[in-house]
Amino acid sequence: MSFLAKHDIIERNASLLLMGSLVVVCIGGLVEVTPLFFFQNTIEKVEGMRPYTPLELAGRDIYIREGCYVCHSQMIRPFRDEVERYGNYSLAAESMYDHPFQWGSKRTGPDLARVGGRYSNEWQVQHLTDPRSVVPESIMPSYAFLAKATLDYRTIDGKLQANAHVGAPYSQEMIDNAAADLVAQATPDSDNAAVTERYPKAVFGNFDGAASRITEMDALVAYLQMLGTLVDFDSYDTQANFR
Amino acid sequence: MFSGLAVDDAFRIHMGILTFILGLGAIIAIRLPQPAADAEDTTGYMDGPVRIGSILTVFWGVIGFTVGLVAALQLAFPELNFGPWFNFGRIRPLHTSAVIFAFGGTALITTSFYAVQRTTRARLFGGDLAWFVFWGYQLFIAMAATGYLLGITQSREYAEPEWYVDIWLTIVWVAYLILFLGTLLKRKEPHIYVANWFYLAFIVTVALLHVVNNLAVPMSFFGSRSYSLFSGVQDAMTQWWYGHNAVGFFLTAGFLGMMYYFLPKQAERPVYSYRLSIIHFWALIFLYIWAGPHHLYYTALPDWAQTLGMVFSIMLWMPSWGGMINGLMTLRGAWDKMRTDPIIRMMVLAVAFYGMSTFEGPVMSIKSVNALSHYTDWTIGHVHSGALGWVGMISFGAVYFMVPRLWKRERLYSLRMVNWHFWLATLGIVVYAAVMWVSGIMQGLMWREYDSQGFLVYSFAESVAALHPYYVMRAAGGLLYLAGSVVMAVNIGMTIAGRTRTEKPMPAPAQLQPAQ
Amino acid sequence: MDYDNLRHFADSWGLLYLFIIFLGVVIFLFRPGAKQQAVEAAMIPLRDSDEGADSK
Repeated sequence: MSFLAKHDIIERNASLLLMGSLVVVCIGGLVEVTPLFFFQNTIEKVEGMRPYTPLELAGRDIYIREGCYVCHSQMIRPFRDEVERYGNYSLAAESMYDHPFQWGSKRTGPDLARVGGRYSNEWQVQHLTDPRSVVPESIMPSYAFLAKATLDYRTIDGKLQANAHVGAPYSQEMIDNAAADLVAQATPDSDNAAVTERYPKAVFGNFDGAASRITEMDALVAYLQMLGTLVDFDSYDTQANFR
Repeated sequence: MFSGLAVDDAFRIHMGILTFILGLGAIIAIRLPQPAADAEDTTGYMDGPVRIGSILTVFWGVIGFTVGLVAALQLAFPELNFGPWFNFGRIRPLHTSAVIFAFGGTALITTSFYAVQRTTRARLFGGDLAWFVFWGYQLFIAMAATGYLLGITQSREYAEPEWYVDIWLTIVWVAYLILFLGTLLKRKEPHIYVANWFYLAFIVTVALLHVVNNLAVPMSFFGSRSYSLFSGVQDAMTQWWYGHNAVGFFLTAGFLGMMYYFLPKQAERPVYSYRLSIIHFWALIFLYIWAGPHHLYYTALPDWAQTLGMVFSIMLWMPSWGGMINGLMTLRGAWDKMRTDPIIRMMVLAVAFYGMSTFEGPVMSIKSVNALSHYTDWTIGHVHSGALGWVGMISFGAVYFMVPRLWKRERLYSLRMVNWHFWLATLGIVVYAAVMWVSGIMQGLMWREYDSQGFLVYSFAESVAALHPYYVMRAAGGLLYLAGSVVMAVNIGMTIAGRTRTEKPMPAPAQLQPAQ
Repeated sequence: MDYDNLRHFADSWGLLYLFIIFLGVVIFLFRPGAKQQAVEAAMIPLRDSDEGADSK
């Protein structure tokens, strides 16, 4: 048994040990992660998904910056109570343009996957400013400072460009008009046909109630108000997308 | 330099902080009298970074536990949020990173430097490379921590730092790998001891995980924000492949390396079964990497991936308990040390908690259990029984072991204080885990409770209100654990200062049995 | 390469292959003659000669 005579090769050779460990840990990752990228049925076929408008994307960055994902999930599981409480269970397609994903891991607060349109802008602003004035049991921090902070959107075209690099379908036209579209969405009486053309279902409004300037509150509320509103469930075929 | 070119305010401030830290470091390095080249070092080993690392491990521990207590209190009393910098959403990543990467990471680097030299009988490879790795890693911690408070985050749990901090960590980590491998290659001992296997697997796998999970395109080279290369379901899978293996390789494999060196040393007898430890090693590193999808049950992740994750998560129970039994049985014939030596007691409790968490983990990764436990405090309780019980206690034990030897002290300042630390920490963990277990299950049940009419019984807000007393008790458990670590800091500080406390000795050990 | 093919492979040859490797590791470790080496290796940390003050 000659191979038994070489018993301690691995145990004595540091480089072999390194390579062995690396190979062993790679197996799991390769088998489990990579098929997700080329199996056709990983992401369902749906109608209505579009990339975020510049204002929504800016709001999403604020959502990430403030660590909202720490306490709020955006992933409704297919259970009776969750569907009743939050709406239709979440599809993979609904986060296909999310770089990064915001599914979350903890519900210290409720799920937000379909919070869009559930409350008025005024409620959202009031709740973010002083959560316990509308929900007495809430333990959410106050985000009143967002209404005082002017939104810095000098880099918004760069943000769209970076998202386009990683695969979000932003056209050159969208990137070129990013700043103008952002302002238009926060200004309700502007001419918004072009924006709607580029971003169907975009909701316009003076989200924070103060017309003088565009604040971080405007952006965050615009983002919250579109969550879960894009997919057209009337045309969604559950059976065809069974995985 | 980068401050001037920055395209957003956060990046400008962060670069200012970097300049400040580097400037301060340079001034200290210049002003500090050159220590007489390791005057205390008669061993031939490079113990400078290990000494500073021991101190910093204790320091980061106290900091991390304090921030954790603040976060716990914020959940119980939301008035304690002081936005924007000190809101829970920014404090929580600060807490997790402070304990995992600052406390845990420093403990791992420090103990790996200590153990690898003594099990290979070789000085660390690369001369001052060890200092680069050590201070480079501390710079990473400082940049990550200040970034969180500024709101600079990728929102990837346990991988929040942005792209430029990630690149820096990659450089430091590759240097760490070279250092560790180089030391193994120049060893004078023919066999590579198993503790080093675990350390090596920890280093190389963390490198792999870190690089893949942080693939992102920055908005600008002078801006803090980047967007991840993957999106949605693939991004979620990548993140939790990383996230669970941050637990598996950072918080488990690395600390198992610690266990396989320091437990036999303190018990003064070899590990129970060396061959079992080798099976433990290969089975653990093979199985752990698959377990990520158990964070994504019933989500939009395809079912086949969820099933794979569940099967492997449950199988993980076996190697984990193999390791636990191996650790506990190392004390065969010396169980009376549990009574006389609080450091051994601490290490044994760590191994016991390792066993408990690695049993609870597979249970929670059964899909039907997870349906209840996911999104609730049960997960938080589970993590803390592993983190406080296993990671914390084994690190404390290792530091108590190293410090008297590193500073050539006859003994620790006080063994009785170690005993105090042990009981404070144990009580803290038990309170914490029990409270979170109850609150988590209660929360899960309230969310899904229906009345006879078929209506949901509780609004979400009612479930939040019901948790208040538990959140207060959880903070109390955390306070006990923090108090224990402060006792440790005093004890270690006095030991380094060369003092010994006059105290009644711990019960004398009985006649030792010879090793089997 | 689609899901069904991969699944079929994983349930048959892939499983067998990994299981044989596992058995190989176990048999290799517990073969006669390996014990002495393991006992020696386990003593490595305890043979450290340059201990300073050997306190507890």
